[in-house]
Amino acid sequence: MTAAPRRGSALRRLWTSEDARRGFACVVGGLVLAVMTGPEGSSTAPTSGFTGSLFHARVIGFIVFGLVLWGLITVRRRYATQVRAFSDKVTAAPRRLLPDKRVRAVVYLAVLAFAIAYPATLNSFWQEVLVDQIGVYVLLAIGLNVVVGYAGLLDLGYIAFFAIGAYSAAYWTGALPIHPPFHLNPFYAIPLAIIAAMLAGVVLGAPTLRLRGDYLAIVTLGFGEIIQIVATNLQGVTGGAQGVIGIPHFSIHLLGIHYDWGINSLPYYYLLLGFVVLVLFGFHFLENSRVGRAWVAIREDEVAAESSGINVLKYKVMAFAIGASTSGFAGMLEASKISFVEPADLTVQLSILILVLVIFGGMGSLPGAVVGAAVLQWLPQYLRVHPLLGFQQQDIYIYLGALLVVMMIFRPEGIIPSRRRKREIGLAEHGVGHADALSGQSGPVA
Amino acid sequence: MSQVSAPGPSPAPGEDAGGDEGDVVISVDAVTLRFGGLTSLSAVSLSQRRGQILAVIGPNGAGKTSLFNCLTGVYTPQEGSITFLDRSGKSTSIVGRKPHRVNRAGIARTFQTSRLFNALTAFENVKIGVESRMHTGPLGAMLRLPRTRREDRASDARATELLDFVGLRNRANDIASALPYGDRRRLEIARALGTAPEVLLLDEPAAGTNPSEKAELAALIRKVNSQMGVSVLLIEHDMGLVMALADRIVVLNFGQVIASGTPAAVQQDPAVVEAYLGAADPDEPGA
Amino acid sequence: MCFTQNFWNLVVSGLADGFLYALIAIGYTLVYGVLQLINFAHSEVFMSGGFASYFILNAAIGTSQPHGIGSLAFLALGTVGGGLGGALVAFLLERVAYRPLRRRNAPRLAFLISAIGASYFIYNIAGKEFGRNALEIPSPFTNGPVFSIFGATVQTYYVVIAVSAVIMLVLVDRVVAMTRLGKGIRAVAQDAETASLMGVNIDRVISQTFIIGGILGGAAGFLFGLNAGVVYTMGFTPALKAFTAAVLGGIGNIRGAMIGGLLLGIVENLGVACTQASWRDVVAFGILVLVLLVRPTGILGEQLGRAA
Repeated sequence: MTAAPRRGSALRRLWTSEDARRGFACVVGGLVLAVMTGPEGSSTAPTSGFTGSLFHARVIGFIVFGLVLWGLITVRRRYATQVRAFSDKVTAAPRRLLPDKRVRAVVYLAVLAFAIAYPATLNSFWQEVLVDQIGVYVLLAIGLNVVVGYAGLLDLGYIAFFAIGAYSAAYWTGALPIHPPFHLNPFYAIPLAIIAAMLAGVVLGAPTLRLRGDYLAIVTLGFGEIIQIVATNLQGVTGGAQGVIGIPHFSIHLLGIHYDWGINSLPYYYLLLGFVVLVLFGFHFLENSRVGRAWVAIREDEVAAESSGINVLKYKVMAFAIGASTSGFAGMLEASKISFVEPADLTVQLSILILVLVIFGGMGSLPGAVVGAAVLQWLPQYLRVHPLLGFQQQDIYIYLGALLVVMMIFRPEGIIPSRRRKREIGLAEHGVGHADALSGQSGPVA
Repeated sequence: MSQVSAPGPSPAPGEDAGGDEGDVVISVDAVTLRFGGLTSLSAVSLSQRRGQILAVIGPNGAGKTSLFNCLTGVYTPQEGSITFLDRSGKSTSIVGRKPHRVNRAGIARTFQTSRLFNALTAFENVKIGVESRMHTGPLGAMLRLPRTRREDRASDARATELLDFVGLRNRANDIASALPYGDRRRLEIARALGTAPEVLLLDEPAAGTNPSEKAELAALIRKVNSQMGVSVLLIEHDMGLVMALADRIVVLNFGQVIASGTPAAVQQDPAVVEAYLGAADPDEPGA
Repeated sequence: MCFTQNFWNLVVSGLADGFLYALIAIGYTLVYGVLQLINFAHSEVFMSGGFASYFILNAAIGTSQPHGIGSLAFLALGTVGGGLGGALVAFLLERVAYRPLRRRNAPRLAFLISAIGASYFIYNIAGKEFGRNALEIPSPFTNGPVFSIFGATVQTYYVVIAVSAVIMLVLVDRVVAMTRLGKGIRAVAQDAETASLMGVNIDRVISQTFIIGGILGGAAGFLFGLNAGVVYTMGFTPALKAFTAAVLGGIGNIRGAMIGGLLLGIVENLGVACTQASWRDVVAFGILVLVLLVRPTGILGEQLGRAA
């Protein structure tokens, strides 16, 4: 007499089956997406947002989306080899060509030509976006990429250097309550802003970079907060909460060159573009130099690096200072363009945003930082003009937060990963090394 | 009937184990290291002579790696002093120096578990060691100054040389983590040599290697010592290796030096035998 | 000295703040013990507790004013509700933002970033769904002076906080010291690999650790909300200060978190007397930076795995 199979076991098998769990996760993800893009609730009707998103016809679309996603993932796993073969075939040509230096040079030149020509054809809204939302943030991402990507240091207060650049602009043009020894047009104050930011990097870094990675993150976070509070409170120095107005635009009257920047965004864009191109060259050479390799060594194994003659603290501070420099320039540029600075803009949230840009693009990858920042900054603006699915500007951090979690789980190396970083992460997942300067105690052990 | 002369009594613990080959390059003087309530090293003294291969042996937990960590500035002993005398006669105190400065002074080390830069190639690993002696800074790097490019070429050449020296030429472009175990050991030595040391500290270089890898390592260590003139200080458990390589041996147990001298002398020292095998029990038959 | 005038009043209010910090700090220190990670998203656990207690109390009694025994029930319900809300969010957090990364043996930077992402997601969703204005939790008592000590008046609110906090802190201390779960937590904190070889279910212990931290953090959210109301951004600053407290006492050390919390609250209040209210946060963050630079192992020392 055979025993009847227990009904519980079938259910249990379903629950523990990996496919079913993935399906469940996908559908839940779809529902979360529905809530994210759904209507708002309010304090008097706290469930209205949820009911509006979920008890509504549109939720079916999201459930379907979840199921389709599940289907795609399952198919990809089942037919992994065929999928790999197909993608190899499709990417064969680019993969063969790209490593070639000449091919890359041509590609970069084409991109540069596009970057020079295209913006002139845009309307003024998009030109403004190009500078204020995209260009500045690309520069910030490139700088933070040096700190987080090259040296592996988590700085959560990066916006502080931007603030220093901006307030430098205010200071040297005499817009602050405290006056400089002589007034300068902000254009000539650019190097001063950069130096100020770098000095701040050294001053902040020297005492704190001895700390372990997670502690460093918190300290930089606290420091970012402090900077904002100080800027708000020190009425007599920074103009207080209402900020500083009346910062003049750039202008050059030197050696026969006469140019005044006005409120038109395009000239700022070209100035920014020029600086970005210079920085890209410089940082690319830096990455492949003795300094860049020292950073890699520190990231891989700080103890071994130190024992091999690398002054770990010096290189960490150097990364901080170099990373700060682009931020200082960006701050100076923005302050001069919009003619004012206010502390309320210098939030920790912005520091986190820049971090998201770097991570999304690919930590340690220069093209990644540029593309990641450009894409993530462009997208919300695009959706504002062409609304999709109920996206709201004020909800942007919901999406960014979710993006961070998803990226860390599925693609921690970013969209355009640096080869080395990808290798490090792959090794870490197999138990070799830790892929970053955060792990392990700094004890010598064996 | 001639007899091989019996070795004389080994010097008392605390006396230097040095023979008379060259001057003292590292002098450890009554070093005591404590962690909270635990004394890891207790009044340890030893000296290493230039060009010598000195082995430090002892049971597990005897304090050997702690000694290395003191020698390289990772730990700071509470008492005692450590002095390094380089070829030019300059004397440097090691206690209180940070590890990278100890390395710059002329002491390099390898670790008990190879600490390589795993995601980098063998070549890059060695190059990083070599570059630590160079001077290119961020500005030079970003501007690709002529001096920078010169240094780069020089470090490339030297790294290739060193890989050749340790026998890893054909593995130069392999990722470090993919190297077989014995090769990882050799790579770590190559990287250490890249920093142009006068003394090389090897922490259990043969641990976990098979007999043929062990023999190759022994040959390499001898080569490093004789061809490059680098003094070697070696922690090892494998007695065969120790006896074959060492000019002098220092024995540690419970953080103290219990014997030092020539390999033959130390082998017969009753204190050493007791430390390794335990004292013979008088009530046991055959004791 | 600038604070001697009002000294005992400042100490009393400092203790009240300090108890809240201690409750939140326990969450940080417990998770740090078992994962060696700072749970950056713990701020939202605190916030969720506040909201949960608000909704539960709102559903239970609406706007009617409780008296007498009703007040006690109100407080109990609020605390439990807050604890449940915090526990739920902490549980989900571990499952969604941490566990998948643990499975993949992700580098630690990935955990930190994922937590940051989760934190941003949670509080912004809360803002979207529950409105961006502060919600007031009706007070179940009139906040008058209850007694005096050394010339400082102690208000009802302070007594409520102190009593609730002490009960919860003692409970946690006993749970970690005496129960099987507590032993599991300590084992995992000391050596996860060996613990699992000894039969400890690591996943379950970690989940439960998050939950305990969530209960306390969530309850703190309710207590905080009683006075200040709940709003979606309420988590950031108190949590950062609680983290400071945890580090001050020695991260990974539960008693340290309690002492650190109280100490930070007192020092912060004394410090504000010397400057101005607007510098309050700077004082706290300044302490954070100072502790990390001067004595990163904290007062009681880093005690991974030791209960005290």
